[in-house]
Amino acid sequence: MADPKSGDTPSSDILVRLDKVERHYVMGQTVVRALDGVDLEIKRGEYWAIVGRSGSGKSTLLNLLGCLDRPTGGHYYLGGTSVGELDDDEISEIRGQRIGFIFQSFNLIPQLTVLENLEVPLFYQDIDPAYARQRAVDLATKVGLGERLDHRPLELSGGQQQRVAIARALMNDPLILLADEATGNLDSRTEQEILALLDELHSEGKTIIMVTHGQTVADRARRVLYLRDGKVEQIVKNRESAIHEDAVLEQ
Amino acid sequence: MIRGSTLRTVRLGVKNLMLHPLRSFLTTLGITIGVAAVICMLAVGEGASYEAQQKIKALGSNNILLRSVKPAELETQQQSSMAPQRYGLEYEEVEILRETMPAVRVVVPVRELNKSAAYGEFQVNVPIYGTTEQWMAVSGVKLYEGRFLVEADSRYSLNVCVLGTHTAGELFPFENPIGADILIAKKSFRVVGIYGPRDDSESGALAADGIVIPIESAREYFGELEIRTSAGSREFKMVQLQEIKVQIEGEGDKLEDNVVATAASIRQLLTLLHDQPDYVIDVPLEKLQAAKEQAQIWQIFLGVIASMALVVAGIGIMNVMLATVTERTREIGIRRALGAKRGHIISQFLVETVVLSCAGGLLGVALGIAAPMIVEAASGMKAIFVPSFAVLAFTISAGVGVLFGIYPAWRAAQMDPVEALRHE
Repeated sequence: MADPKSGDTPSSDILVRLDKVERHYVMGQTVVRALDGVDLEIKRGEYWAIVGRSGSGKSTLLNLLGCLDRPTGGHYYLGGTSVGELDDDEISEIRGQRIGFIFQSFNLIPQLTVLENLEVPLFYQDIDPAYARQRAVDLATKVGLGERLDHRPLELSGGQQQRVAIARALMNDPLILLADEATGNLDSRTEQEILALLDELHSEGKTIIMVTHGQTVADRARRVLYLRDGKVEQIVKNRESAIHEDAVLEQ
Repeated sequence: MIRGSTLRTVRLGVKNLMLHPLRSFLTTLGITIGVAAVICMLAVGEGASYEAQQKIKALGSNNILLRSVKPAELETQQQSSMAPQRYGLEYEEVEILRETMPAVRVVVPVRELNKSAAYGEFQVNVPIYGTTEQWMAVSGVKLYEGRFLVEADSRYSLNVCVLGTHTAGELFPFENPIGADILIAKKSFRVVGIYGPRDDSESGALAADGIVIPIESAREYFGELEIRTSAGSREFKMVQLQEIKVQIEGEGDKLEDNVVATAASIRQLLTLLHDQPDYVIDVPLEKLQAAKEQAQIWQIFLGVIASMALVVAGIGIMNVMLATVTERTREIGIRRALGAKRGHIISQFLVETVVLSCAGGLLGVALGIAAPMIVEAASGMKAIFVPSFAVLAFTISAGVGVLFGIYPAWRAAQMDPVEALRHE
């Protein structure tokens, strides 16, 4: 492993590097070790699943990866930047530019239309509104909602809402897509549709990290990280998918 | 770019407010009422101040009035002898004033007599003024008919008089008074003119009664000794002049300076000349300034009271915004996750508060322009709307919006994104 002080160079394939990352919560007298020394390297274009029971620390890990939270120990490098040392504005900028979130409960803003929801990430980037609108229309079309631009989230089915959320996560062309139980609120048929969409994005070269507690969902990923009590239990490389991944990397 | 994003933030704010039209309207209403109240109170204050100033202006703000008064010691002292009580302003003081005071335009002595006047069977008891030809200029009257006194009238102590319109009407109900002879304390005076009030102001009634005669004639025929007989006692007093009217030259600020300076000099001068407090100096301008000051204090007081309504409205806004922030915790979390900085969240909520309070402010201004008219029509109180009141009230309302919006917005921005996203 490289010297933890030095970040990865931008040209490096290593996108995410966790170096003995800890996240401890102090609750009164007791210290809860939600994450306890996690080492992890994720390369560009990989498709990861983080699996564990509730309380295993997988949501905490995802929040750290998404720069919503900061490690209390260790280092987290995202695209060469050490996230723990950034101030709130800088970390917000990182979220806005490098991260795409997909949540279990979709988290669309209810009073905004599909189009407006899609525009939100670029609103904070001071990007030309005309460009943002065009990109929103393009991505909505890509996820199959080109006809629903003026609908509000509550007028859409769960699967459709999650498609909007995925499109929104792609608006800023992020380094990584983070999906937190993305199919947890969907029926199994819709789940398959969403997973197929994620597969498609992966095949286009997107780096995806998803959190799940379902083994079948985890099997879609190329690498699976098993988390237990805040520690990495094991990392499994799914054989059949690895072939596919190598093919992508060769492209 | 910044301007564009500000505009979009405002549009977003308006949109969010329109999601709860009733709530937004009610919140706005507080500000509307507050702003209207501020404008209305200021207008009522302005009206009151205007009326007070008009009254004083009628006295002539370029005049200084000196009046003889009976000193308090003479008042209480029992009159023991036939020696008359002597006090008050004197003829020579008129000359001294004319010669020593630089900014003085005219100095008009007034000798007021308590005599009755008669023409045939008609008799009146009105003030009889012995004065000079310049009296008209300082007394707020104008000539209606004939001529006023001229300098020669005094020089030769002519028996001529000028009547106030009302007095003329009483003495001459059926004929033209000009050229007729009336009797003042058995002395005959020829009527040469009629004067009357310059306009229909309240002081006009005063100016319509009276008879004016040349001051030298008054002195020559009636002297200075006045004998007043009341039940069981007689009062002898000698007062040369009841009043000296001093008119100051100049315009605007220069005039004000002159009046203040001259009044001070006159005070000094009279202190030297008189060994008892037998005179008063009345400076309408000083009263005017005092009235203005008082009106200003009154106006500020009214304005502050009305501003309380704005503060209460501000608290209402803050309350609603705090509820809104809690209600939209999840949205805040989402926006933070999608890259919003704390500043973005602050400006989003602050803009909503400011939009609310400015909308309320605009409505309030509209209401505040109408309100003074309603007050005037309903109560008869004078209310004057001045555009700067609207500007002031609107500025306060916008300020209230910012002030009471800061805390809710700050609270929204301080939320932990992870916690906010977990909020149900």
